[in-house]
Amino acid sequence: MRIGILVGVAGAFGAICRYGLGRLVIPLSMDFPMGTFAANMIGSFLMTFFAAGAIQRLTRNISLQTAITTGFIGSFTTFSALSMETVTLIQEGKWQVAFLYVVSSFAGGMGMAAFGQRRGLKS
Amino acid sequence: MIYLQFVAVGVGGAVGAVIRWWISTHMNRAGKFPTGTFLVNSAGSLLIGFIVGMQVSMLVTLFLVSGVAGGLTTFSTLNKELLSLWKDKKRLFFIYVFSTYGLGILLASIGYSTGRTF
Repeated sequence: MRIGILVGVAGAFGAICRYGLGRLVIPLSMDFPMGTFAANMIGSFLMTFFAAGAIQRLTRNISLQTAITTGFIGSFTTFSALSMETVTLIQEGKWQVAFLYVVSSFAGGMGMAAFGQRRGLKS
Repeated sequence: MIYLQFVAVGVGGAVGAVIRWWISTHMNRAGKFPTGTFLVNSAGSLLIGFIVGMQVSMLVTLFLVSGVAGGLTTFSTLNKELLSLWKDKKRLFFIYVFSTYGLGILLASIGYSTGRTF
């Protein structure tokens, strides 16, 4: 019960940070959905960084750890926006940007997750 | 009214995150196909397509799209799971990648077409 509330509060902050980042970043780019991409890359790094052990330095409380990882970082990143933005790009006939977006999200997300894990194990 | 926009996103994000947390703690099993994450990412993609297609007001869109669908789906956990499958379950890794991206994009497109008819 208590952990559910913590995940909810952390999830709210994660979504707000993603939205705030999107408002800051999107006007700088043209077609490529830079806001979602940036949140997804940062979040992919942080998720494995914390999960690999770095979270222990923030808190030893298991409920708080779940709130930070599953709640905050999970909500900060998004898959639905990635799907929708890809569909919109395809509808607008921007196939190359859509392809670049999906491939760079996948490769970048995996790369950031691998990097985060290595740094997390060392910390 | 930028304050209201952040409230809409935050409340929606809380709802989405709690549902995702509940589903993944009940359905994800270590070393197996991450059914819970797959389910929330697919459902969220359908929802976002549907809402965007319906073209509702900005605050409702912020609540349901940036908030609920954004908080319900996750990209960071997806990559964490992919990374661990890559190490010893290559076959599951490929199934998980192609089913998540393929179905996510397909469902967003189906949701959008359906939403447009409302």
